[in-house]
Amino acid sequence: MMIEVRALDVRFGSVHAVRDVSFAVAAGESFGLVGESGSGKSTVLRTLAGLAADWTGYMAMDGQPLGRRRSRAFFRRVQMVFQDPYGSLHPRQTVDRILAEPLAVHGIPDGESRIRRALEEVALPRAVRFRYPHQLSGGQRQRVAIARALIADPTVLLLDEPTSALDVSVQAEVLNLLADLRAARQLTCILVSHNLAVVAHLCGRLAVMQGGRIVETLETAALRAGKAQHPHTRELVALSRDLEE
Amino acid sequence: MTPLVEIRDLHVEFPGPSGPVPAVRGISLTMGREKLGIVGESGSGKSVTGRALMRLLPRQARIRAAALRFDGVDVATAAPATMRKLRGARMGLILQDPKFSLNPVMRVGNQIAEAWAAHRKGGAQEARDAAFALLEQVLIRDPKRVYDAYPHQLSGGMGQRVMIAMMLAPDPDLLIADEPTSALDATVQAEILRLMDRLVSERGMGLILISHDLPLVARFCDRVAVMYAGRVLEELPASELHHARHPYTRGLLECLPRLDRAVPRLPTLARDPTWLG
Repeated sequence: MMIEVRALDVRFGSVHAVRDVSFAVAAGESFGLVGESGSGKSTVLRTLAGLAADWTGYMAMDGQPLGRRRSRAFFRRVQMVFQDPYGSLHPRQTVDRILAEPLAVHGIPDGESRIRRALEEVALPRAVRFRYPHQLSGGQRQRVAIARALIADPTVLLLDEPTSALDVSVQAEVLNLLADLRAARQLTCILVSHNLAVVAHLCGRLAVMQGGRIVETLETAALRAGKAQHPHTRELVALSRDLEE
Repeated sequence: MTPLVEIRDLHVEFPGPSGPVPAVRGISLTMGREKLGIVGESGSGKSVTGRALMRLLPRQARIRAAALRFDGVDVATAAPATMRKLRGARMGLILQDPKFSLNPVMRVGNQIAEAWAAHRKGGAQEARDAAFALLEQVLIRDPKRVYDAYPHQLSGGMGQRVMIAMMLAPDPDLLIADEPTSALDATVQAEILRLMDRLVSERGMGLILISHDLPLVARFCDRVAVMYAGRVLEELPASELHHARHPYTRGLLECLPRLDRAVPRLPTLARDPTWLG
């Protein structure tokens, strides 16, 4: 298993945000976490990434248990893409500088050629390299965020609502890009989203969260075939289907 | 009969560093007391159109139209005092996030009562009673608790119900809802849209629902206008959305990932420069 989470509990002061969450993701697999706001889906992802301190339970990556503090190697192998590409890119840094940062942090050589390759990989024109985030469209900014995540050659990609802030036509482009990159680099992915159809598109298996708990884990094929068991999953399916008719 | 809204050849421009930037480029829409959806992606001009009708655009915006009328009143040239009498009283506006539309330091019940009192004649007690009645109409189970709550104590869905109650207080003829449910969860979104749908139908009001979500708009409106780059590319009955002819409308529908079947690769939109006309 590339990622293993067992009996994870996360608290923020008196708020018990994640309760007894367990799941495992195989190497090269894409796993989805679906739920409404406050269900704890993003907290699970952030805790896995080392961005939440107050947790109990067991988490492991590639067989190695994860502690409170993560090693530099962990931060190279696991990369994250956030919802709002404007909020996650430094407004006063050029794309070049943004992409150079992970290389500097991890002491990766060949900056010049890596940055050029990273921009090509996410299909951004060369001219973008010396622009600032505010000079780019929302879709271009999310491509920069994806390029930044991939430039250090990670094995695991954590995606937190990566297309929710984008127009649907741009969402389709970014989802296609993510599917291509995942196949080319054999990435293990965890995708968090409130959009069931987006998760089903990218992931083979998914867990539905409500009130901090996983209420159901199932294969996407079973979900599509209408085999969801839990009432909350069925409700989300019904709402999503209602708009597809 | 005078249509409720009549827009003919509306243009809106904003000054830019290298000349005026057009946001709306010659759109025409006419509607009665029905539910009209305006759909488009960011930058298509859908919100600017809604705001132009209420004349709520920034000062530097330049408006030009053969007709921009609300119930026969020429919005483009009306005196500020006339516009003040129209806004709120006859046209209500609901925006995306109630957190930014409500006064954060005033109890929400008092905000509804204030909206009522500003447009109707009546004392403080009457305004209070009206606010309670409105909270009940937007299906708030515990109106007493919500009346005394501050906006930060309410969920997004509850806040949006309060906004709807406040906009309905003066009994307007038209409600303009600009992405009213985009910040809400899917389950809450459906509740809010059903609620708006019912109240608008019961009161015989007109509704302009502005959204980026084409399937959602089609589900709740009678008619849909699809906007792109400041123009209406296609206008059709919501029930016929799936027979949409314009490649842009078709593209918007086809690029959505679906739950009912797996699509190996999402079709992307090839934007045709001729759409810009």
